[in-house]
Amino acid sequence: MTLPRALDFLAVPERFMAVSTWLAPALGALAAALIGAGLWTGVSAPSDYQQGATVLIMFIHVPAAWLSMFGYICLAGASFLSLIFRHALADAAAKACAPLGAGFTALALATGSLWGRPMWGAWWVWDARLTSVLVLLLFYLGYIALRASIEDEGRAGRAAAILALVGAINLPIVHFSVNWWNTLHQGASVFRPGGPTLALVYLIPLLLIALGYMAAFGSLWLVRIRAELWRRRARVLSLQAAGR
Amino acid sequence: MTVLGLDLGKYAAFILPAYGLTAGFFVWIIAASLTTSRRWRLEAERLQAEKDAGNR
Repeated sequence: MTLPRALDFLAVPERFMAVSTWLAPALGALAAALIGAGLWTGVSAPSDYQQGATVLIMFIHVPAAWLSMFGYICLAGASFLSLIFRHALADAAAKACAPLGAGFTALALATGSLWGRPMWGAWWVWDARLTSVLVLLLFYLGYIALRASIEDEGRAGRAAAILALVGAINLPIVHFSVNWWNTLHQGASVFRPGGPTLALVYLIPLLLIALGYMAAFGSLWLVRIRAELWRRRARVLSLQAAGR
Repeated sequence: MTVLGLDLGKYAAFILPAYGLTAGFFVWIIAASLTTSRRWRLEAERLQAEKDAGNR
């Protein structure tokens, strides 16, 4: 099977390198501007009448949690393209995505714990949302470990891609866990039927920072894919040198 | 507790580590990504230069 023409730049490493040379720093600059603007408006917001100043943690916790899921969608998507179309670039993209996704997931769990302690009186509870996000982190770590444990890179990529696709089953569980079970974690207040319930004074900085996180993720993902392509190029060249 | 003009009250012990962790994560992931990319680019360029020199 071949990729649709719209995804052409993803299929040709030379074209990807040319596009990512300017796109990665551009996204990085956009991320810095959005996060800066979001923090500026966020610290100007009044303390919440129930949660007090801990509402400030929301501005960094919620975007990290969204990115943990978005990162896995990217990982599963790249793994799917790698398995079906056998494109080396998709495999490199999946490999480059996993540590980023794992990092944002760990960050979401850590900042959530720091928010949960003063609000719930506990650093951790085995409720559906927290547990399913922990499972998400384990899928990321499992993906990284599986790739590292198989010497043949082709086999490692295929095995890890299958694991990534199996792990995608967890994504709706994470998202709907607050609806399906009684949990301590609050329900959705932004992406919900009927629109956001969050006051604009909190919603605007939250969305600015979330878009900034997404731009940062995109920028770092491109940088890491480029690193993986350079590594593969170096490996081919060193094998050629050894064969001479 | 007041930090940079912000009154964090009794929750400063939770807010500051959360922001510190986030800042630390971003510094680490940006530095790690850029240094890894640079290292492999230089390695690939070195091997390519060696190959080109050998072909001459």
